[in-house]
Amino acid sequence: MAQIIEMPKLSDTMTVGTLVKWLKKEGDVITAGTMLAEVETDKATMELECFYDGTLLKIFAPAGTQLAIGAPLCAVGKPGENVEAPAGKPASPAAAKEEPKKDAPKSESAPAPAKAPESVPQPETKPAAAAHSAPARADGERVKISPLAKKLAAEKGIDPSRVTGSGPGGRIVRADVLAAEKSGSAKAGSAKPAATGAPSTPFTGGAVSRTGPIQEERAVPVSNMRAVIAKRMVESTTTIPYIYVDIEIDAEPLLAVRQQLNTGLEKEGVKLSVNDFVLKACAEALRRVPAVNSSWEGNQIRYFGAAHVAFAVALDDGLITPVVKDAHQKSVFQISIEAKALGKKAKDKKLAPAEYTGGTFCVSNLGMMGIPKFTAIINPPNSAILAVGAAVAKPVIKNGQIVSGQTMTVTLSGDHRVFDGAVGAQFLNALKTLIESPALLLV
Amino acid sequence: MSTQSTATTDKKDAVSTSRSAPINAKLNAEERIELYRKMVRIRRFEERSLRSYQAKNSAGGTNIGGFLHLYIGQEAVAVGCCSLMGKNDHVITAYRDHGHAIAVGMDTKPLMAELYGKITGCSKGKGGSMHYFDPSRNYWGGHGIVGGQIPLGTGLAYAVKYKGLKGAAMAFMGDGAVNQGAVHEAYNLAALWNLPVIFVIENNGYSMGTSQARSSAGELARRADAYDMAWDVINGHDLYEVRDKMDTLLTRAREQSLPAVVEIKTYRYRGHSVADPDKTYRNKTEIEEYQRTKDPITLFQEMLVAENVLTPELIEKINTEARAEADQAADFADASPYPTVEDIQKDVYWEIDNPSERKSQGRLFFD
Amino acid sequence: MPQITYREAIRHALADELTRDENVVVLGEEVANFHGAYKVTEGLLEKFGPKRIVDTPISEAGFIGMGVGASMLGIRPVMELMFWSFYSVAFDQILNNAANVRYMSGGQICCPIVIRGPANGGTNVGATHSHTPENVLANHPGVKVVVPSTAYDAKGLLKSAIRDNDPVFFLENTILYGEKGEVPDEEYLIPLGKADVKREGTDLTIVTYGRSVIHSLKAAEVLEKEHDISVEIVDLRTIRPLDIDTVLASVKKTNRVLIVEEQKPFASVGSQLSHMIQREAFDHLDGPIHRLATVDAPAIYSPPVEVEQLPNPNRIIKAAIEAVA
Repeated sequence: MAQIIEMPKLSDTMTVGTLVKWLKKEGDVITAGTMLAEVETDKATMELECFYDGTLLKIFAPAGTQLAIGAPLCAVGKPGENVEAPAGKPASPAAAKEEPKKDAPKSESAPAPAKAPESVPQPETKPAAAAHSAPARADGERVKISPLAKKLAAEKGIDPSRVTGSGPGGRIVRADVLAAEKSGSAKAGSAKPAATGAPSTPFTGGAVSRTGPIQEERAVPVSNMRAVIAKRMVESTTTIPYIYVDIEIDAEPLLAVRQQLNTGLEKEGVKLSVNDFVLKACAEALRRVPAVNSSWEGNQIRYFGAAHVAFAVALDDGLITPVVKDAHQKSVFQISIEAKALGKKAKDKKLAPAEYTGGTFCVSNLGMMGIPKFTAIINPPNSAILAVGAAVAKPVIKNGQIVSGQTMTVTLSGDHRVFDGAVGAQFLNALKTLIESPALLLV
Repeated sequence: MSTQSTATTDKKDAVSTSRSAPINAKLNAEERIELYRKMVRIRRFEERSLRSYQAKNSAGGTNIGGFLHLYIGQEAVAVGCCSLMGKNDHVITAYRDHGHAIAVGMDTKPLMAELYGKITGCSKGKGGSMHYFDPSRNYWGGHGIVGGQIPLGTGLAYAVKYKGLKGAAMAFMGDGAVNQGAVHEAYNLAALWNLPVIFVIENNGYSMGTSQARSSAGELARRADAYDMAWDVINGHDLYEVRDKMDTLLTRAREQSLPAVVEIKTYRYRGHSVADPDKTYRNKTEIEEYQRTKDPITLFQEMLVAENVLTPELIEKINTEARAEADQAADFADASPYPTVEDIQKDVYWEIDNPSERKSQGRLFFD
Repeated sequence: MPQITYREAIRHALADELTRDENVVVLGEEVANFHGAYKVTEGLLEKFGPKRIVDTPISEAGFIGMGVGASMLGIRPVMELMFWSFYSVAFDQILNNAANVRYMSGGQICCPIVIRGPANGGTNVGATHSHTPENVLANHPGVKVVVPSTAYDAKGLLKSAIRDNDPVFFLENTILYGEKGEVPDEEYLIPLGKADVKREGTDLTIVTYGRSVIHSLKAAEVLEKEHDISVEIVDLRTIRPLDIDTVLASVKKTNRVLIVEEQKPFASVGSQLSHMIQREAFDHLDGPIHRLATVDAPAIYSPPVEVEQLPNPNRIIKAAIEAVA
């Protein structure tokens, strides 16, 4: 039985070898240890050693061919022996580069068709897919939420897309979900304070150069707070059909009552602001026209049982809306104390998420800055916001006489999906009644 | 010595002056035959391992991965040195470690199985060619980094001395290792503390493809002078001489706890490893000259024939049996199973392998 | 309970084990006649003699390798590295031989060696002497890595390390050597792989080890008082084996994590921890895992600047406030 000599493995990394030249020819007598040929490996040119005694009967691989390990090279045996050509393919040049293993175990299953047969029914639903996908807001934007908050929201049946995130970059965190749960809503609020912007160029006195820049031109990265404000304002103005209603209110009675109280109770440390009365008045007006104390939830409208009245506080680099919880159950004094504390915390950036989320209605007051009238943008998911202007001294007609008076203009921005102009008008009339008869707010 | 610049007696004939040394004179015929048989078994084992390395296996893959450093031509060194081992003597070597493993008495089946990466291998398929171990025979490996095992060998000697035992460690290295810093650090420690260790340089003339002349300044063993250590040079083709001179040094180490450096001149007929083309740095005639005149097996065989210990029939029988043994080892290796994926994380920590005695807590493995 | 220094605690552990087991031997540079480069081994030579307490030449590869070889024959060498920074000159012996010999021999060989010494920055000795290689060491399966932060822990852990049958690398801290702590007279052992909650809290988990534990404790006081942040501190004590369960339990309690480590950040111990925490407690995280490491550069010499390169209470306070945002 002739021995078939195969392409040997001649290095640790060799996969193929090139038969450079034969050192023996067919018919030569071979002893074990004789070198038969030169083989070039990936590392060097090596000699092919014969481990058998006999005669070189047949050469299968001509010089110059590249062969994989195990390919038959030649046969050595007794002279005259019949050499079986090795089974399988004749030696063929092997690919020089690594190919995927062809000898991987064959899979039992039939090869997959290139195209799924049309008749295969598709499953009706994709089970569990929703559980794995990130929640998305109505506008399709991904909701940023911590893994823990996501789990909690799922447990408590809260829709994360309706929760306002107070974490970095507007991420919803555990506290936000808990606040939303407590308020029974998905909640408004705004982001954590970020660093203040760069100061404007200082005024140096003297003539302002006509050619100098008004400020150093620069690009400032958007702070987390500005990013949140931008996102929510765009969301508000692009998804809510707005209705605006405004009304003029005689502020004289309110200003008089405020004066009385502040003078009479100064020693007690009481110092009520116009806004404290406005917040209280809003809470009472919401009690009278509760349709405004509501939220659009796509396929349903949520009507809130409590008036959590938020008010906007301007910060150096944005604004934040702390909430007076259950304002309908608090006196003007309580509201005043709370609002003052919340305002200070807001300025100091010490507000806890629970303190600026969960509002059901919002008040934005620019009166203290002398603005007579403006419209505010709704803070979703609220359905309304009240813009409060300054009390302006101007002629008014009282009892048919033109007299000097103090007039305050308030503007309601409403979500027309939730309520219509008439409801807005009812609310403003209720508010006007309350503010013009401020004694109603003190009982 | 033909290629060495250093001087030793050039032996052309098969007569050893060490034959009459007491350590050799006391050997009976059976013991002499056993020494011859060990050398033959090493050579046949290695030839067979080369065939296995080169051949495709039944599954279309290869039998043996990685490197294969053959000991062919150096058999008298391991057999001569290890034949002198007593109960408290220890051996450690580098990665050309098959010869020593057989010389200390390891069975060739698990040795071949280790090359095949099988669970029945002497290291459960975890070490491979370069990492044979058998602590039960005082054989501490099988180490892959040039010179890295020499401090370990020094530590074996330190432990023997610390325990108050009469024994010695033989720390083998190739000629390339003498230029490693760790070797010199070990020399200094051994000499400083009089540790019973013999540093054995198996000088086969080449560190990989770089001849001694191109790699090492001065005479290798003479570096011991700097550490005030005894040193000697041995003709490694002559088994009797290896035994004679090593016995002197080992006895001195055991009795007086003194280290030594010895250079044993030898030659490898094969490349540094099987991937070594072997002709970029030495020529064929050099190899053939060694095979013709200095083959340790042939030389010893001729001496034993002259001593009327060996006959042609016995020589044939021993060679046939050694071939059969090597074939059986290959068959055993071939038939053995591979380790499982679960086996990968065994033998990493003593504690994990002995869970009932585990004292630590926490996670030891990570994913 | 008596108050002793971290240095004395280690010395007591060595003395205990030298007395208990005649195969324990202490070797290293300057451990005997000089009393130890950092005086850890002071008095041991007088007590145990030159066979047990051995001065070595300055040749880490040689003597560590020798210790590895001796340990294979059942000796239990406790080798002192004057600085763990010198591990690199013995890398082959430590991480090729000690770490691999058990595996490559198919479990036939044990290597019960302990290598101990300081590994820390903060003493203005520059980049070559300020390495903290616990991550590099722990990257090698087969070894154990311990980094004690207190005298009590150092003693209990070193005794366990000496009795362990695997190679244990024990990383101390020159700045902690003089720190006093309560250590009982009676014998006790602390198992390797058991973390210790050094402080309870509810808002933030700080996972740390070594000297950073001390810094974190200081920072936690300020965070509690001035920022109303309640911090829990988990001291790993052992890097490998790793008590991830204690870490996870704390994370599940506080939902926020800050890892503090005196480590270069890339592929650090904290990197591994971060992966494991997010993998195994994902749904308990209320924010990303934060980490405070050394400022990523070789150790700077300049004394006041080095303080800022390493974790320190102020840096930890800042990082903690960010971590709870």
